[in-house]
This record gives sequence, C-alpha cells and structure tokens, in this order.
Amino acid sequence: MTVAIVGAAETTELGRIPNMSQIQLHADAALNTLADAGLKAADIDGVATAGESPVAIAHYLGIAPRWVDGSSVGGCSFMLHVRHAAAAIEAGYADTILITHGESGRSGVGRGGGGGGRASLPAQFEMPYGPMGPTTMFTIGVLRYMKRYGMTHEQLAAVAVVQREWAGMNPRASFREPITVQDVLNSRLIAYPFHLFECCLVTDGGGALILVSAERAKDFPHKPVYMLGSGESVEAPMISQMKDLTSSQAFRIAGSEAFRSAGISHGDVDHLMVYDAFAHLPIWGLEDLGFCQRGEAAGFIEDGNTRPGAKLPLNTNGGGLSYMHSGMYGMYALQESVRQMRGTAPAQVPDAEISVCLGVGGMFAASGCIVMGNVAP
Amino acid sequence: MANTAKRPRPLPQPTPETQHFWDGTKHGELRLQRCVDCSHVYFPPRPLCPECSSRNVEVFAASGKGKLLSYVINHRPHPSFDSPYAIALVQLDEGPTLMSNIVDCEQTPQALLLDMPLTVKFEDHGEVAVPLFRPA
Repeated sequence: MTVAIVGAAETTELGRIPNMSQIQLHADAALNTLADAGLKAADIDGVATAGESPVAIAHYLGIAPRWVDGSSVGGCSFMLHVRHAAAAIEAGYADTILITHGESGRSGVGRGGGGGGRASLPAQFEMPYGPMGPTTMFTIGVLRYMKRYGMTHEQLAAVAVVQREWAGMNPRASFREPITVQDVLNSRLIAYPFHLFECCLVTDGGGALILVSAERAKDFPHKPVYMLGSGESVEAPMISQMKDLTSSQAFRIAGSEAFRSAGISHGDVDHLMVYDAFAHLPIWGLEDLGFCQRGEAAGFIEDGNTRPGAKLPLNTNGGGLSYMHSGMYGMYALQESVRQMRGTAPAQVPDAEISVCLGVGGMFAASGCIVMGNVAP
Repeated sequence: MANTAKRPRPLPQPTPETQHFWDGTKHGELRLQRCVDCSHVYFPPRPLCPECSSRNVEVFAASGKGKLLSYVINHRPHPSFDSPYAIALVQLDEGPTLMSNIVDCEQTPQALLLDMPLTVKFEDHGEVAVPLFRPA
C-alpha cells in the first residue's frame, strides 16, 4: 500500500496574529486543510501534533480518533508524524489522519504547550474551582454513576478489597495485608466519596519492554509474548468536558479497536488488566470493554468474579491500589500481562493464553489497549 | 470557599477566543456559543463548531440555570479554599457542562443533592468575575 497527502494548508494569516491563541492557530490551519481536502472533522480518525497535546487538539476540533501521535522531538516532529501516519494507515490503524501545527511564537498568546499557564483551557475553566489533581477530578463522575446505576459505597470499596487479595499473593506488592469493605470505608476521606484505600499508592519504580519481530522472538531466552492487537484513543483534556461521566469514550474506542485487530471476543480473554488509579476505573473498564453491561460491573466485582480462582482474573498484581503506582502506572500493567503470558506471575492464572491490558492517560483523557498472547498468531 | 485569610482562587487569563465569556461574567452574563449552521450549543469557547466544523458560530447569553451533575468534596488542604469543599460539575439547561463551586449551601452529601436546580452567581475579582452556582 502507498500513502498520499490529500490536504495541505496554512493558517489564514501568517506573521503577527495577536488575536489567536496557539490552540486556535492549530484549529485554523486544520479547518483550512479540511476545506482543502473537502473533508469534515468527523471524517478524521487519526490525529498527530506537537507543541500542544493531541488530546487538546482532537477535543477542540470535535474529533474522536482511533489513532493519535504526540511525538514531540522539536521542529522535525511533523516529519515523524508523517512517517508514523503512513505506517498507521498501512497497518489499518487509521484511514484519514490530520497532522497539525500552530505556534504563537511571536505574540505568545495562549502558549504553554501541554496545558501550562493561566491561559490554557483547564486553567481558565477548571483550576479556579479548587481541583487538586486526580483525587478530585478523576473521581468527580462517580456520584453520577452511583445515582444512575445504584452502585453502593460498599461495592466501590469491594474493588479495593478484591485487589488486596491478589496483592496478598505477590511478594513485591506494597500492601499485602487483607482488608475488608469496612476497613476501606473507615479509611480517611480524601475526596468524598473516595477513601484512602480507594486511591492508588504513590511509589517509585520503573519498567521497560523490548520488542522484536515475531520471527526473531523464538531465539530469545524467554517464552515469546505476542502482540495480537491494539487500540488507542483520546477524549477531552478536561474532566468537565467528558461526554458521559459514567463511561470513557477513549476506553470504548481503544478497547473495541484492540479486540477487532486481535480478532478476539470476550470469551477468549483469560486475564485482564485495567489501569486502576482509583477504585472506579476497573468498573468503567469492564463496562467500556464490554465484559459487563452498563451498571453491572460493580456487582460483578462484588460477587467475586474477578477474584483469584474466578472466571475473569483482573489486576492480578494487586493493581495501582495495592501493588504500586509511580504516577504513570501503565508500564506495570503491561509487565503483569507479560508475566501472566510467560507463566511467571506470582499469582499465575493457570493456562492463560490471552491477556488484555487497558491503560488510561490523564483523567479519562486518553487510552491505550494491548492484547497479548503466548501462542504464535 | 474562598476565604480572606487564604490566597485568592486561581484566576483565569482570557485568550482572544474566550474573551467574550469572561467579558460576559463581568456583565453578569453566562455566555455560550451556538453553531449557526447546525444549532449545536457548546462550551468551552472556540470559534468553530466541534460538531460540524463550521466557523459560522454566535455568542449568546445563557439562562444561567442548570442542575448539579456530579461532585466530589475535597478533604485535603488547598491554599485558596477551606476544606472540606465541593468541586462540582454543572449541567446547564442549554446542554453544556462546566466545573464550578456550589455556594450558599452546606458542603455535605446531605445538602448537595444530584440534579438539584442551580442558578449562576458571579464572584467579582476585579479583572475577572468567576461563575459560581447556588441552589435555585
């Protein structure tokens, strides 16, 4: 397959543009380029940018992409985006990719890259109201979920209890002592309705991965773990602008793309990881991936379906709630999926052949989903 | 809530695309945008419709009425707020959602009831006025 450029344009004006902030320069160039190509934003399914976050650009333009690239390596970032985009199109990850640039280099209006400065949209429309990072923003939709679906405080607490069971089997987990629902509800209130044990740990750590072609993989010392499929997406740079507080658009797009590209269905999945910065994330993940119907995931966890020995082992390292959480936990979720596929996890799921690993970025701002297997595809 | 013994709340710095919103709050209006082509009402401000990509959009004064969509009550210390205080999401009658604080109301789960009707109220900080909401 070959890939072609079918739209190209610059901002309406060039030079000194004090009446546009940096994000609007991206948008102005994007709208001109869409017009040049005879396309609407709704036709775009891939977004790449540097200088601003691809989350901010996609949301600003009203795009729900299934491929994003925020590679930011300086002035040549857009050459990389073109290259990545070509590979993505050839791989079927996206069909119609928009690459944007905008920079208020002279006027310095709304400049601050990834959300810095008092002029960014989050600084104007969220920070005045006193949010204090993830504990007060990631969690802000949970009362709405409770009202819509009848989830109880006990059910939310049960997520932490079950994950502690897994952590108890893992010598490297930070917290291993068993806890009860009452222990969780008795722990300190951080941001109602969230208690301390429903919030992730803050620890130090790291992780890394090496990938080679499947052909070469059998020449290495460990059992190969194959990437069977993947997906990605973004939604909004502000929690207040989620389309539906009780469901993540990025989870839904990344998850369905991962299942589609892997050619698997839910019954094929032996092991699941869902990035759990807070106790509600596995609930959102189970529903947005389609393992549970809307409103049923909390009961599914409370009933023990994700416990050791049950039908859908979830967050088997103990998760961000009990294993570790350095800030960007996604790497540790991937490491546990690899261990499970190698058959070397401390809490090994017997005969597991397919693992799904769902990550979150920002506060439901972005998602990536990887399907791994230990049988050569 | 914002307390004289504390630092003032972090204040926004308008950009050309958001200036109409912050001019509105100074004049006691909550201003939204509507697409002239497809009628979509949206927030936060930008001179293009996120539904259909049209640049043909207009600013209008919203009713200032909405309902409590969701919230958390922060219990950790904040330099500008007395804990515990609620950080809320408001669903405006016109459709868009925004973050705000709920004033003239106890900051407790018993007083803050989801779907309770709210009305906007502006807190003046000289350069800018910040939209807050109180029970209607």
